[in-house]
Amino acid sequence: MAKSNKPILWLPFAGGGLVAALITPVLILITGILVPLGVIHLNYETIAAFAHHPIGKLILFGAVALPAWHAAHRLRMTAHDLGLGGGGVKAACYGTAWLVILVAAGALIAT
Amino acid sequence: MSRRPYVRKIERNWWLQHPRYVAYMIRELTSLFVGLYCALLAIGLVRLAQGHAAWDGFVAAFSSPPGVVFQWLCLVFAIYHSVTWFALTPKAMPLMVKGEPVPGKLIVGAHYVAWAAVSAVVLMAAGV
Amino acid sequence: MSETITLEVLRYRPETDSEPHFQRYTVPYRDDWVVLDALNHIKDNLDATLSYRWSCHMAVCGSCGMTINNEPKLSCHTFLRDYRGGVIRVEPLDHFPIERDLVIVMDSFMEKLSGVKPWLIPKQEKPLSDGEYLQSPAELNVFHQYTQCINCVLCYAACPQVGLNEDFVGPAALALAHRYNLDSRDGGKGARADVVASNEGIWECTFVGACSQVCPKQVDPAAAIQQTKISASVDWLKDLLTPGAHR
Ligand code: SF4
Ligand code: FES
Repeated sequence: MAKSNKPILWLPFAGGGLVAALITPVLILITGILVPLGVIHLNYETIAAFAHHPIGKLILFGAVALPAWHAAHRLRMTAHDLGLGGGGVKAACYGTAWLVILVAAGALIAT
Repeated sequence: MSRRPYVRKIERNWWLQHPRYVAYMIRELTSLFVGLYCALLAIGLVRLAQGHAAWDGFVAAFSSPPGVVFQWLCLVFAIYHSVTWFALTPKAMPLMVKGEPVPGKLIVGAHYVAWAAVSAVVLMAAGV
Repeated sequence: MSETITLEVLRYRPETDSEPHFQRYTVPYRDDWVVLDALNHIKDNLDATLSYRWSCHMAVCGSCGMTINNEPKLSCHTFLRDYRGGVIRVEPLDHFPIERDLVIVMDSFMEKLSGVKPWLIPKQEKPLSDGEYLQSPAELNVFHQYTQCINCVLCYAACPQVGLNEDFVGPAALALAHRYNLDSRDGGKGARADVVASNEGIWECTFVGACSQVCPKQVDPAAAIQQTKISASVDWLKDLLTPGAHR
């Protein structure tokens, strides 16, 4: 047996789990309930200005990328629990996460 | 005497055989909804980059009845994730102060305070 | 007629049985009896062929673990009164081969346990004449709970990852490794990491937490494993940033 390189998968999983726990519910509360109910209005200019600012970009990226990685890693482990192991599942989970992360990064760079 | 150990194989539906495994599976399943919502957010960022009209279309899409139903589901699972995640923090990160362990409830409580604070800041930034 | 209670015991006798089957026994009900007392009653009065392990009858030796109504338990620590009016189903612990009746084969566990080097590996050996390796009560407090393990393997029976991957080092052995890693007198963390921080070690764990729920000694192996994941990740980062310097 040898020391594993799993930390490279696990550290962003754990970080993403914490970020998802802290921020994802309130984001869904806004986009899923408050905006549809008309309680708040997500004004294009305000959001775009936030996404223009480097710190705004970083926050938005963290709020998407880290929970996405968290989800991919956990789904892969759960698939294994259900008897679905193997490279296909691994590629599907992490591949989807990378797609989400790269799309988010590309969009933020373009904004 | 002959030794002939009998090996029992774990069944595929092992997680249905005890309530605590079912609870574990639900906890793990939260990640599916967290992941799907992240994908929604990523699409939102693309629409934002595409300009005013695209953004308004995105807002209309996620405010539509199917969008809202989907997000309600996501919210339930996301909150379940938060609650289960915070509940396990004292195990992963126990604190010792002056040679005595800090009570787990305090560590969990601190996470709830942080959760409330982050939520309040985000809500204010969003214009509540 | 005095009250009785029925036990449904999984039997497996390798000479005659091709696979295990349940056998029912009716024993006297007594408020102060544990399941082990009922098994002893069966062995002494009803069926001398029944095999099971026990020794201390006081939750210390760790040898009487069984699955009692779908829950890994010490049979000397599980009272009949908690099952009054029902049938008690007694099976050997999950995730281990059955040697005979309620007796499991524990060889794999023994290997895993010794594999994590569960002994003090001093940072620097010193001659006997230099005296003891001293430790303050506060330093002992850091790991004391992890010294309480009685190797009953209830945690292995409860852990689905043990069932899914027979090579998983498992809760008790990883908790014991953590106990020595936390010891102020110990310097063996690097030597243990080859097993502890391998794919078959802590990284096989998905924090189901069942081990800690069934542990009769409040060892909390799940906590030990999560803490080891964090410290192994920190070590991994250190290795990455300063290759070779850290061990
Ligand atoms: S950690 Fe607890 S359940 Fe596991 S072997 Fe030790 S005493 Fe038994
Ligand atoms: S007989 Fe010793 S622990 Fe039960």
